[in-house]
Amino acid sequence: MVDIAFGPTPGKRPDPKAPGAAYLAMTRRKRLYGGLILVVFLAMLASGFHAAETRNAGGFLSGLAQLDDFPREVLAEAWTKRANLPALMWAALPSLIETVNIAAVSTLIGVLAASLLSLLATRGLARWPLLTPVIRRLLDAMRAIPEVVIALILIYILGGGPIPAMVAIAIHTTGAMGKLFSEVAENADLKPVEGLASVGATWGQRMWLGILPQVAPNWFSYALLRFEINVRASAILGFVGAGGIGYDLKIAMQWGGGRYDSVVAIFLVLFATIVLIDQLSDRLRHRLVKGAAQ
Amino acid sequence: MLLQVRNVTRLFGTKAAVDNISFDVAKSGFVGIIGRSGAGKSTFLRMMNRLTDATGGEIAFEGRNILTLQGADKRAWQSQCAMIFQQFNLVPRMDVASNVLHGILNRRSTLSTMFSFWPDDDVLKALAILDRLGIAEQATKRAEALSGGQQQRVAIARALMQDPKVILADEPIASLDPMNAQIVMDTLRRIHDEDRRLVIANLHTLDTARRYCDRVIGMRDGRIVFDGTPEQLTTGVARDIYGADASFSENATSTSIEALPSDADADYARRMLA
Repeated sequence: MVDIAFGPTPGKRPDPKAPGAAYLAMTRRKRLYGGLILVVFLAMLASGFHAAETRNAGGFLSGLAQLDDFPREVLAEAWTKRANLPALMWAALPSLIETVNIAAVSTLIGVLAASLLSLLATRGLARWPLLTPVIRRLLDAMRAIPEVVIALILIYILGGGPIPAMVAIAIHTTGAMGKLFSEVAENADLKPVEGLASVGATWGQRMWLGILPQVAPNWFSYALLRFEINVRASAILGFVGAGGIGYDLKIAMQWGGGRYDSVVAIFLVLFATIVLIDQLSDRLRHRLVKGAAQ
Repeated sequence: MLLQVRNVTRLFGTKAAVDNISFDVAKSGFVGIIGRSGAGKSTFLRMMNRLTDATGGEIAFEGRNILTLQGADKRAWQSQCAMIFQQFNLVPRMDVASNVLHGILNRRSTLSTMFSFWPDDDVLKALAILDRLGIAEQATKRAEALSGGQQQRVAIARALMQDPKVILADEPIASLDPMNAQIVMDTLRRIHDEDRRLVIANLHTLDTARRYCDRVIGMRDGRIVFDGTPEQLTTGVARDIYGADASFSENATSTSIEALPSDADADYARRMLA
């Protein structure tokens, strides 16, 4: 019996005079392994850092001292011209609205497309089960390509403006939301769907009545989160010529000294907008989750 | 001939859940199917409603084979062949009246469904059905807020809204307490008696089958092993259907309220209270 309990190979038996010695030895061994792994990890990190430093044009450590040069220059100039800030912030408002509009429209279109594609890509719900892997790969591709790349291609074709940005963000949103929506729908209860199938309902009716009421709070919460992300994405796309507040920011920064007050003004309104949207959607999502739990 | 079932088989992998069964129903009646879990009762009803595809065979209803229907024809058949489930299968977040109206989805377009547009006549008909089943006052409540017995009656109301030729009931009372079980079974029987619709019900208790059915079919391991009147369903026959030995007693698991108090129980209670 004892042989079986301690394993087939005859090894050292626990010493009855020092109970727990085996356990202590094991803890020490584990600690040693942990320490060794940490040392190896730190060595690799240091050597990697060294490699990156030598390939850098300037050098990280020597450049570190200049890190605050640009912000200091911008802030100092903006401070001397602080009287201009309210007017400049007001002037940035139209392009801010354009940026938020791009985000809103692309979120709406992306979420609608994602709803349909996610249901088609969910096992157990799909209208054409054989197409499920195809639609999944399509969603993968849509979110694998960065928004900036799609936007740049579209700007070459269509010219600058909000439309390329909108299309680019909508495509990325479809891919990202389709995956999340499909995961939510996968966990939905299928009993209502079966009940609706038994009365002869079409696929659309089954999804609309059987699945959507179940997944709506979760989907809406994801969509709000995506809207926040899309406001940021839409501002960044302005840098590549897609209009909105990002474009204004790029122009002001390229100008260099003399226009730094408007750089600060644009940053301020952008920051305020993102905080506002974040707060609003946080509150909305909280209510959705709490409502679902009731 | 109303219903002809011919050599119907369903394989799951290599195992036959329903193994080459055949029977006829000449005219409308209340047919009960009994048998232990896994005997193939549910699979048969699901094949008849076309929720599960059959591997082989033929089910002819009024002379038309319904196992080969596809697409819109299949859905049209489903709308004539209502199904009641053990777990009710209602839409929990929608109100009771909407759930009843889902019975006519086959006649409604997807677009009008999306805007929940229902003709006034149909809404009034749904409310009348709820009234007939004694749950009219629940019409505006969410289905999930109702008790199990009430939810099953909503499911029956949805079935009636379909105005079906057949009502299939898959263990309709298996998740209900004895009181609600009796209400639901009385309702199903009343529907058969008043509307002359064919009802086929899977039942898990023998006393229910004896009390409500005109005809009882016993299934074991996917085959029909008994087909007769409730009077012919003796304890010996029941042992064969369930594959049980002499220790099998119906009263042990009976859900009938009358079957519960026995002299021995009362005697035991008296001794414990003394």
